[in-house]
Amino acid sequence: MIVSGNVHKYGDNVDTDVIIPARYLNVSDAKQLAAHCMEDIDADFVNKVKEGDLMVANKNFGCGSSREHAPLAIKTSGIKLIIAESFARIFYRNAINIGLPIMECEAAAKEINAGDVVEADLTTGVITNKTTGKTYQAAGFPPFIQGIVDAGGLVNYVKTSK
Amino acid sequence: MGMTMSQKILAYKAGMDSVKPGDLIQAKLDMVLANDITAPVAINEFEKADFADVFHKDKIALVLDHFTPNKDIKAAEQCKQVREFADKHDITHFYEGGNVGVEHALLPEKGLVAPGNLVIGADSHTCTYGAVNAFSTGIGSTDMAVGMATGMGWFKVPAAIRFNLTGKLSKNVSGKDLILYIIGKIGVDGALYRSMEFTGEGVHSLTMDDRFTIANMAIEAGAKNGIFEPDDIMKAYVEEHAAVEYQYFYPDADAEYEQTIDIDLSKLAPQVAFPHLPENTKTIAEAEAMNIKIDQVVIGSCTNGRISDLEIAANILKGKKVKRGVRVMVLPATPKIYMEAMMAGYLQTFMDAGCVIGPPSCGPCLGGHLGILAKGERCVSTTNRNFVGRMGHTESEVYLASPAVAAASAVAGIICGPDSL
Repeated sequence: MIVSGNVHKYGDNVDTDVIIPARYLNVSDAKQLAAHCMEDIDADFVNKVKEGDLMVANKNFGCGSSREHAPLAIKTSGIKLIIAESFARIFYRNAINIGLPIMECEAAAKEINAGDVVEADLTTGVITNKTTGKTYQAAGFPPFIQGIVDAGGLVNYVKTSK
Repeated sequence: MGMTMSQKILAYKAGMDSVKPGDLIQAKLDMVLANDITAPVAINEFEKADFADVFHKDKIALVLDHFTPNKDIKAAEQCKQVREFADKHDITHFYEGGNVGVEHALLPEKGLVAPGNLVIGADSHTCTYGAVNAFSTGIGSTDMAVGMATGMGWFKVPAAIRFNLTGKLSKNVSGKDLILYIIGKIGVDGALYRSMEFTGEGVHSLTMDDRFTIANMAIEAGAKNGIFEPDDIMKAYVEEHAAVEYQYFYPDADAEYEQTIDIDLSKLAPQVAFPHLPENTKTIAEAEAMNIKIDQVVIGSCTNGRISDLEIAANILKGKKVKRGVRVMVLPATPKIYMEAMMAGYLQTFMDAGCVIGPPSCGPCLGGHLGILAKGERCVSTTNRNFVGRMGHTESEVYLASPAVAAASAVAGIICGPDSL
């Protein structure tokens, strides 16, 4: 599957409190959460994000709380893929478990800028920055995790592998 | 090749003779935990997946501790959803009202987590139970939903960093100072995907409450878990509390560690983590030199709301008054701790000094309720995170410290240690 869109770019250690502040966690509805996505790091994000956009960040993206509300808010905001140098481990699990595509690629994360148009092949891990013309290869998933990704998330994976 | 404590528990629970870092395994869970924020998302997934029932009604804990006592109508609805789920599936360990405490203080106190257990919790500070030699780690709500239904979880076996502790902590230096020092040294992703294994003769000088605080904040270095080697102090605690089956796990002599970090506890000074990351640590002397005026102090949470934390704070506040203009909140982490603090006279000491006593709740730690900061306000807090907006306005500031530093700062009105009062 190919995704392509405008990039929203962030730095190191983007934590789950800025992705979805705790004051909004009194609901579990994805749409209501998405209305406050990235509010404490980028208050204008919800106004400028469009369906199909991509998010790119540096190291340790999604650190902090285990709140699955964070990847859920990002996914529901219309973001189709997050590329980062590295992900905090609970966020990494949560994204895979809910079927939000993520890729780890240090060079792409460092070189892609906000507003670039980026295309990525979720199957091969090839990332193309259409603005600069540069291509990158993201790290692949181990087969077990790829199985969860392919099933569209952990619940589907568990249900279909029974 | 030998295994670490974490690797041995994972191998045992996966029914394998051995595992190595990077292996992906499926393993049997001893306890699956969630709270009033994460359980609703898990319940939504559980019901959407049409799972028939939970795998074991005694091996799930649902703890309504985050936005409780219910802070608003939406929070009340979430608690109601969890309560109805707990009733429907006859969940034994459902806690609310006068029974609830902050989950990571409550579960060890009830003996629901014990050595060699494999525990997942939809709360990042689930890593706390490494203090009792359990492998415990934070996961999200979907993992929680599947864990509740199947009793199984998937794990990537972590590589390890060994912390070899020697010496003894000085007066007014605590487990909180040690873990803040470590996070300052290795960074908020310094242990990413790894286990933090605490060993060495220095461990014996740490109280169980110190160890809970240290394991609790392993996640703030990005770790999968933090775990302590068993000793007589741990065994005495476990014998007194354990309500479930347990087995101690020791590291193999030839266990492999990616890195060993030696720390002489006697050399540590009190630490303060400055905004907006737990790794931004300074010593108390450096912090005092900056003369930082504060508006609020919070003493409590899964990190530092235990009885010895309250004892330390009460001993500093006894006979003194909170500085005018500073609001101080003390939240005993569980009803039992609350009662002990009352019987010991600590609550009276706090009230005489001008503190507010709050209910056992996560409350201000995550900016939920009970002590939100306004723009520009500063708080010294015994909690675990100081991210942007963590306790309120995005332009407020949280300084993480020990109960001793928090109590002293409450009296001084600036960040300081008890030796400077």
